[in-house]
Amino acid sequence: MSDDDPTLGLRRVLRDDGSAQPDTDPFLADDVLLGMLRELLKIRRIDERMLGKQRQGKVGFFGTITGQEATPIATAFATEPSDWIFPALRESAIMICRGFPLGTWLAQAYGNERDVLKGRQMPSHMSGRATNQVAWSSCIGPQIPQAVGAAWAMKRRGERAIAVGFMGDGATSQPDFHAAMTFAAKWKVPCVLICQNNHWSISVPTAKQTASATIAVKAKAYGMPGVRVDGNDVLAVYGAIKEAADRARAGGGPTFIESVTYRMGPHSSSDDPTRYRSADEVAEWAKKDPIDRFERYLRKAELLDDARRAEIVASLEAEISAAIDEVEDLGPPSREVMFDDVFVQPPWHLREQRDELRALPHAPSGH
Amino acid sequence: MPEMNMVQAINDALASEMRRDDRVVVLGEDVGKVGGVFRVTAGLYDEFGEDRVLDTPLAEGGIIGTAIGMALYGMRPVPEIQFADFIFPAFDQIVSEAAKMRWRSGGEYSCPMVIRTPVGGGIRGGLYHSQSPEALFIHTAGLKVVCPSNPYDAKGLLLASIRDEDPVLFLEPKRVYRAVKMDVPEGDYEVPLGKAKVVREGSDVTIVSWGAMVYEALAAADTAAAEGVDAELIDLRTLWPLDVDTIVESVKKTGRLVVVHEAPKACGFGAEVVQLVNEKAFLHLEAPPARVTGWDTPFPYSMENEYLPLAHRIAPTVLETARF
Repeated sequence: MSDDDPTLGLRRVLRDDGSAQPDTDPFLADDVLLGMLRELLKIRRIDERMLGKQRQGKVGFFGTITGQEATPIATAFATEPSDWIFPALRESAIMICRGFPLGTWLAQAYGNERDVLKGRQMPSHMSGRATNQVAWSSCIGPQIPQAVGAAWAMKRRGERAIAVGFMGDGATSQPDFHAAMTFAAKWKVPCVLICQNNHWSISVPTAKQTASATIAVKAKAYGMPGVRVDGNDVLAVYGAIKEAADRARAGGGPTFIESVTYRMGPHSSSDDPTRYRSADEVAEWAKKDPIDRFERYLRKAELLDDARRAEIVASLEAEISAAIDEVEDLGPPSREVMFDDVFVQPPWHLREQRDELRALPHAPSGH
Repeated sequence: MPEMNMVQAINDALASEMRRDDRVVVLGEDVGKVGGVFRVTAGLYDEFGEDRVLDTPLAEGGIIGTAIGMALYGMRPVPEIQFADFIFPAFDQIVSEAAKMRWRSGGEYSCPMVIRTPVGGGIRGGLYHSQSPEALFIHTAGLKVVCPSNPYDAKGLLLASIRDEDPVLFLEPKRVYRAVKMDVPEGDYEVPLGKAKVVREGSDVTIVSWGAMVYEALAAADTAAAEGVDAELIDLRTLWPLDVDTIVESVKKTGRLVVVHEAPKACGFGAEVVQLVNEKAFLHLEAPPARVTGWDTPFPYSMENEYLPLAHRIAPTVLETARF
């Protein structure tokens, strides 16, 4: 294996000077490039606003993706609407970018009456059938074999759709990762499995997670292509996913992608990263910010200037504020919906318990 | 009407449903070419091919995890876990994922699937081929748990389970697999989920059991009858959701309850049955409800018959409860 090996090297498009490497450049149209920038800026701003809401006590929890926006946005652009997304914690933005209404998405963080998950899941656990974003758990890794199973069904039914399964670097230590990679390659199913290596599983660095030279190289032993891509380079990630998706659609089987990035913020609103990592390390990664790098490229290509950027930021601010205003003051869901959807029809014991709850006064309000 | 044992009846249910509904697929360890270690899936591979009868890599978490993905995308997978004792690597996929999918997605996603697995002792399988883990799954919101005791029920319950919109854990008492033969209709029929069956009517004491222990309870009821005690025996068939009405109705008649199960006593499903009766028929009780169960130890190899709640252990408790 040499540095040219795609599982050991680092696939990039954006150079430090803002130019693009012609051999890997996906050559996207100007309006697509500007659309990508808008989505990147939008997600970053949503995270800032929602972390603020968490600090104000308006929402109970929030997991930001600051620094990692390139992978979810590239995924949204590189997939088709019929493709299924099996997200982990930092891929929720994909569904916004695939057309899910922002207000409804935000309602999930508030857990209120507009929340399509009916106030059942913690914030940052959004899903939605309308955008084929599958419901997920806080457990690490179970969605990976599920993505493989869905891809098996897509192949069996002869459909064009593919499944895209996500995980963090920590998840690659899980048995479910091993099983998913084993089954996916053996069954040669149309899926793309993407690891966002953000260098930290809460407080444990990737170096303590594995002795493997890279995460991408693990794909070799399972018998599938692996690609290691600069996760702060939205065009590189787009190119890697698009190639993998095209191969999957053409019957070429699964691909594993390691997207090398960095979690600039805390693991979640409940975490304090200053307890386990240095400010120097964070400062080094700040220089590789995915949005700054993409903007440098757009400016060099004369697609972006200060005025155009200010216009985008202003329109985003209005859009996000309107979405927050739309849902922030809505009431909680009815407490009785707790008993729905456990089974397709509530059996006697749930009907009994629902009646029992109905007869009780409301509990003291929580957060 | 042909005579079938439980292995043949389950096989017949799988084959007929796979012919009727091409969304149904079978997957698991050794389920393909060899037809499963108990031969429950024999012949399916030859009839339906490797696209619908999948010999999977040896990973229970992978089997259930991929089956969930298939079900999410509209298939009707029937994964097999070779022994219930091997189900624990897939525990997270079953209890955190399959069981909660509909609820956590606000009703937008669901994974109807039937996880088949042999349970119980009686084949000299030691502690890792003999367990009865039903209580762990009943305790999890969102799972239906079924345990037939005979070939007729096995076929009808399996057909109903595959057609059910919720995930079902289908526990097959391996001690019964080839021990019991009876007439089983060739055609399509369902035994509805959530309905117990009174297999012996009686007026003095109610025995509740399921799976292989139904036969031991029946033998104990015969012993009791010889001593003048007329026991009623209820075979639950579906453990969850429980047919509590049938139990309560019986206890209101007899005033006495004995629950028999193979699983350990502490936090066993018998405890739930007893407490439900306490809640719903306490004033009808004329004796303390009793349990005859496996011991609170791992399942032993050489002492298998000492562990199981066989008829010789059930009968004295039935008599004691009836004469309290």
